[in-house]
Amino acid sequence: MHARILGLAVAAACLAMPVYAAVVLGDAAGSYTISQAGSSVRFTIGKAGGGGFDGAFARFKGTIRIDNNDVGRSKVDLTIYPESVGTGQGRIDAFLRSDAVFDAANSPEIQFRSTSVARTGDTTALVTGRLTARGKTSTEKFTAELDGLKAGTIRFHVTGKVLRSRYGMDVGTPLYSNVVDFDMTLTGRRG
Amino acid sequence: MQTSITNTPTRYGWAMILLHWLIGILFIGQFALGFVMVRIESQRAAFELIQLHKSFGFLLLGLIILRIAWRLGNKPPPLPSRVAALERRTAPLAHLALYAFQVALPLSGWALVSVSTLEIPTMPFNLFVMPNLPLAESDAAESFWASAHWYLAYAGIALAALHVAAALRHHFLLRDSVLTRMITPSSAGE
Repeated sequence: MHARILGLAVAAACLAMPVYAAVVLGDAAGSYTISQAGSSVRFTIGKAGGGGFDGAFARFKGTIRIDNNDVGRSKVDLTIYPESVGTGQGRIDAFLRSDAVFDAANSPEIQFRSTSVARTGDTTALVTGRLTARGKTSTEKFTAELDGLKAGTIRFHVTGKVLRSRYGMDVGTPLYSNVVDFDMTLTGRRG
Repeated sequence: MQTSITNTPTRYGWAMILLHWLIGILFIGQFALGFVMVRIESQRAAFELIQLHKSFGFLLLGLIILRIAWRLGNKPPPLPSRVAALERRTAPLAHLALYAFQVALPLSGWALVSVSTLEIPTMPFNLFVMPNLPLAESDAAESFWASAHWYLAYAGIALAALHVAAALRHHFLLRDSVLTRMITPSSAGE
């Protein structure tokens, strides 16, 4: 099953980008370590009256394990360090790190552990998992799209919406939306 | 005896009295809230108190506009005849200054949130989005308006203290009706 998906993915990628032609199907299976180089974890929160503010986490780590036979058994783990949040405005960063939002001093990690991966298209999958932040855990879903595949490197574009009120971070609603739009590029390197 | 909404030649109507005390209490509350919100340790509480301060600021601005409109259409009763000539000349100036502060304080706060590089939206009591004043945002402008708002607040509270002292002097030393006529409204029979 999984082999077929990856086959389709690779085939689709081959049509678009001939560089993928070099990829051998079996090469995609395996464990990858998410590398900060080539990866980004960005988010946007809408504001009342239009617009919003963007931020990104500079530090995170994780693994992607792709099962060769069963896509549902593939796994993604991601740990984000909220201390590394950056919005381009120092006062907002300090506010986000404080106990008003992330409480980074007492909750230094935000963790995502996938519980299921379901294929939704040739190159897309719905990743469901447990997100833990500030001691609260909730189930969240993210859409992952295969964005690049080269020998030893795999890249996904991951998007999803998270309600921050579930994690005790509802400060500023309704001025700022409760919905946090995540937009991540996760590049994994084999090993 | 039915109370009157409008002023009479000797007394204030209840509309003027209500606006006077409402604005007075809200202004003192705003001063206290402003003092606390910039000193409180919890950033979350600070954020929420600042939004509350903005909400009450806009409520005050609305009430003050109403008060000025009402005041322009309702001549206040003259000072009692025993009031000395010097006070007769300075009291209207003090009252004019009080009105000027009532307008300048919320406007300077509005300017402050408008130019702030934090770009935090303003939603009075979470009811609607209040647009910003058409002023360019910058750290320098934010710092200027923060200082202006701060100085106006301290000068305003000092002026209000003088106003309270003058009212108490009228009541306890001069024993005239200047304070009581701002408490008991005029009646329809007057």
